[in-house]
Amino acid sequence: MIITKQKELNKILEQLKGKSKVFVVGCAACATKCATGGEEQVKILAEELARNQKKVTGTIVLDTPCDMRIVKKELLNNEKAGQAESLVLLSCGAGVQSIAQVCPEMGLVPALDTLFLGSIERLGNFNQYCSLCGDCIIDETGGLCPVTRCAKALVNGPCGGAVNGKCEVNSDQDCVWILIYEKLQKNTATIKKYRKIKSNTSISKPQRIKTR
Amino acid sequence: MTFKETLKTKKFIITAELFPPKGTNIQPLLEKAKLLRGKVDGFNVTDNQRAVMRMGSLAICRLLQEQDCEPIMQMTCRDRNRIALESDLLSAAALGVNNVLILSGDHPTQGDHKEAKPVYDLDPVQLLKTARVLETGVDLAGKKLDGFPQFCLGAVVNPMADPLDLQLAMMEKKIEAGAEFFQTQPIFDFKLLETFIARAREYNTKILIGVFLLKSAQVAIFMKEKLGINISPHYIDRLSQAASPLDEGINIAAELISQMKPHVDGVHLMALGLEEHIPEILNKVK
Repeated sequence: MIITKQKELNKILEQLKGKSKVFVVGCAACATKCATGGEEQVKILAEELARNQKKVTGTIVLDTPCDMRIVKKELLNNEKAGQAESLVLLSCGAGVQSIAQVCPEMGLVPALDTLFLGSIERLGNFNQYCSLCGDCIIDETGGLCPVTRCAKALVNGPCGGAVNGKCEVNSDQDCVWILIYEKLQKNTATIKKYRKIKSNTSISKPQRIKTR
Repeated sequence: MTFKETLKTKKFIITAELFPPKGTNIQPLLEKAKLLRGKVDGFNVTDNQRAVMRMGSLAICRLLQEQDCEPIMQMTCRDRNRIALESDLLSAAALGVNNVLILSGDHPTQGDHKEAKPVYDLDPVQLLKTARVLETGVDLAGKKLDGFPQFCLGAVVNPMADPLDLQLAMMEKKIEAGAEFFQTQPIFDFKLLETFIARAREYNTKILIGVFLLKSAQVAIFMKEKLGINISPHYIDRLSQAASPLDEGINIAAELISQMKPHVDGVHLMALGLEEHIPEILNKVK
């Protein structure tokens, strides 16, 4: 899931300077799970904008704003959205840019900052376990990704700086290499894999793919 | 004698660490190097140590070489992608700087440019391998090189790391990737080193144990509490009770080297700006 956080209201208002009519768009997928762009957050933001002398022409929560087909069907010809000078978007960067591409005539204000691809531990508690590197090696690392969870993205083993099992960069964080090693130790087949030098990872991954 | 030749001898090897200036004034560093010339076998020049921005390691290495001081260029994976790393390895070789110590490098958040982008495109094992690839006359893209380098490559290992097995597995990988010698973090207790020495003896490599000049009890407390380095309370007491803590630090460093000398290949001295006292330390070694 894409983890987002809302920008501060004054930053949103700054972007809306000189514009009086706005339309608020939310996301029913990740931003709803994150509690940053669901029905409730769209309603709260619309009220706050109204309190700050903005005329809110309407609101909508799109199923997935990152799906251009949905944007085309539900937003492009939305009459109330058409009356606004700017859309205020509570979605991740992919959603904002999909809307920008489908609706080039509309003004846009992103109201969220996009942080990472995360796993939800419990509500409001998100962990970054995958950095979308495009070259997955976790079969060799006990299901734990060192590219993401080691501060230095070391793929061949630890740096030697861990203090009491914690990362030298962030003492709240376990050294992922120690976790990997503890897990691999239980399995001779995978410990052999660890001992094999991992080649350079490729980060020149595609930015556009077509599977059909 | 080149450092590569020194490694082949049976002598007790001594290297010292120098760190480049923050700015362009290189005179103080060169003066210190002159004091140590002939007394140490190699001068490690750090690469933006502790992620604090300073002059580059290669320029200093070349200047040291011109003063007949054998430099060891430290190279971290922190600030450069593979293109820049390969390119700098070729630059070093062209300038005659062939000794390279490869390490991951302290993370930017620990230094003075905290917002800097951490690169780590290659890790130390991969960078060691990369240097060895360049020696075969091609680069990582498989393209032919016109003239190719020959390096003496080193890496780091932490003998105090827990679990030690994991650290040794990493050390094995570094050897397999091309490391010819190792330098370690500062060690303050020879007893704690014994397990590591016994295990690492299996590997056919030279290990230079880090010895740090403690100039005061405050520094020792900082290293113990903030960096998690194991320093015995006995040393901290000695430093805080001494009339001259620096002199006591010199005594402690000399004692540590004397204890280690029969058991290890050499030592790597870190005096953190007080390099002029290294000859005193060495004179006191038994």
